[in-house]
Amino acid sequence: MSKDVLLIEDEPNIIEAIRFILSRDGWTVHTHSDGVTAIDKIREKKPALIILDVMLPGRSGFDILRDLREAEGDGATPVLMLTAKGQMKDRTRAEELGANKFMSKPFSNTDVLAAVRELAGA
Amino acid sequence: MPKSELVGSRIRERRTVLKMRQAELARSVGISPSYLNLIEHNRRNIGGKLLVDIARQLDVETTILTEGAGATLVASLRDAAAGHAEAENELSRIEEFVGRFPGWAQLLSESHRRIDELERTVALLTERMAHDPFLAESLHEVLSTVTAIRSTAAILNETQDIDREWRERFHRNMFEESQRLAEGAQTLVAYLENTSEESELRSSPQEEVGAFLLARDYHVPELEGDNTTEVMDIIIGDPDLKSTPARELAELYLRQYRKDALALPLAELTFLVEKQGLNPTTIAAHFGVDLPAVMRRLATIPRGTLGCPVGLVECDGSGTLTYRKEIEGFALPRFGAACPLWPLYETLSRPMTPIHRRVGMSGRGDEVFDVYAISHSLNSDRFDQPQVLRALMLFLPAQAGDTQLATTMTVGTSCRICDKRDCLARREPSILSDGF
Repeated sequence: MSKDVLLIEDEPNIIEAIRFILSRDGWTVHTHSDGVTAIDKIREKKPALIILDVMLPGRSGFDILRDLREAEGDGATPVLMLTAKGQMKDRTRAEELGANKFMSKPFSNTDVLAAVRELAGA
Repeated sequence: MPKSELVGSRIRERRTVLKMRQAELARSVGISPSYLNLIEHNRRNIGGKLLVDIARQLDVETTILTEGAGATLVASLRDAAAGHAEAENELSRIEEFVGRFPGWAQLLSESHRRIDELERTVALLTERMAHDPFLAESLHEVLSTVTAIRSTAAILNETQDIDREWRERFHRNMFEESQRLAEGAQTLVAYLENTSEESELRSSPQEEVGAFLLARDYHVPELEGDNTTEVMDIIIGDPDLKSTPARELAELYLRQYRKDALALPLAELTFLVEKQGLNPTTIAAHFGVDLPAVMRRLATIPRGTLGCPVGLVECDGSGTLTYRKEIEGFALPRFGAACPLWPLYETLSRPMTPIHRRVGMSGRGDEVFDVYAISHSLNSDRFDQPQVLRALMLFLPAQAGDTQLATTMTVGTSCRICDKRDCLARREPSILSDGF
């Protein structure tokens, strides 16, 4: 199985930290920060797993996830959603749209790594 | 006063609810505003066609104006019954209910009114929490920054064999994010302190009155000098005074304003301050009034007239702030309790003893303020009641050259947004030093 992860997030220092911890665990981390072109990037990279922030410039992570799931059909790519909005309604919305896991900021590196391993079946 | 003699008061009450001006109602029924004013103050009897016309203009049954509480109570109970099928089926017996059980009827009516008010408050607070875009954006910013700091700090702390290049990069990131966090927290605190909120965010009568006074810069020319404008004519139709409780509070405030303005005329007061400086004791002695009157009055003088800005807070015996006039550099809490170190609270334990302090605000630079505080009893002539206290605190930038006070004490706005450490008076942690 591919060990490519696509991190869609617009906070540069969060990107740097996640990229570091996943790279040390053997993952190849691709990053993208623009909500509008995120779907194109997903098609281009075909990652084993997507880490998707909810608040992105141009387009929300929820909208990107909905388009992704509609386009994918059954062969769904695991999606870990990250958000600073920890309310139950956002968690429920993410689950309804097809997110596999939902993490609220501030999260720990250990939790992110564990979630990636779990979702990618590593 | 017998019920029948209160028709004028009911007319005034109903007109006020409809936000209709006295002159407008008078014109619509073909009488002069001054005659309507006499009617409304129960100085002229009213009946016949004029009463019917006024009732029609006020969109009420004539009996509600003539019979008063009973009819009003029936109307209120009809309103409470709306939407409750079983109660609606018994509407025909509502007068019987009011007649046989007036106490229960009154309780039901008041409970209904209170539920309405509480539902309105809950709706406004929910709206504030859910749809305040600035608050949501600021909190999102702070949480994202905290996430970056937490992840980066964990990497630096837990990774033993990290390259020098990565370590330096993460140190730099930590520095950048900590600066961003400080800015974000300051922005958030400044927003929470801000008292000039949007009208739709107001949830209490005090906030409505606060907005009403802020819009007028705390000065009401209609109540100065020989001006005879009716207080209610200032209140009715004002866009900031939306609720009945807010209009009632505003009426109390403005009636006190008029008394203070008569006792301390604007021209004479500003002349005295110009000649002798802004000293509440001197002013009180000159006009023969008490210190609370002087403090209230100074807070109403037009900006720029006294040579410096003047702020005022007032609280009741529980410490709850009932009046806020902020000046730059001396921030007041938007909600909740203020700093327990304020002389305002010290004076509650020493009624009628004036307190003068020089204070600085923690974390807000070197600006120093002169603060005058006093509390007074509202019922000092009664043996049969617990003492009811009010306290006032006037604050203004410390006057240059005044060396009367040698020491400056440091106070805050409220504990939650105060960075003063090791404070004996602290009641809860600060989001500035401990919270995140």
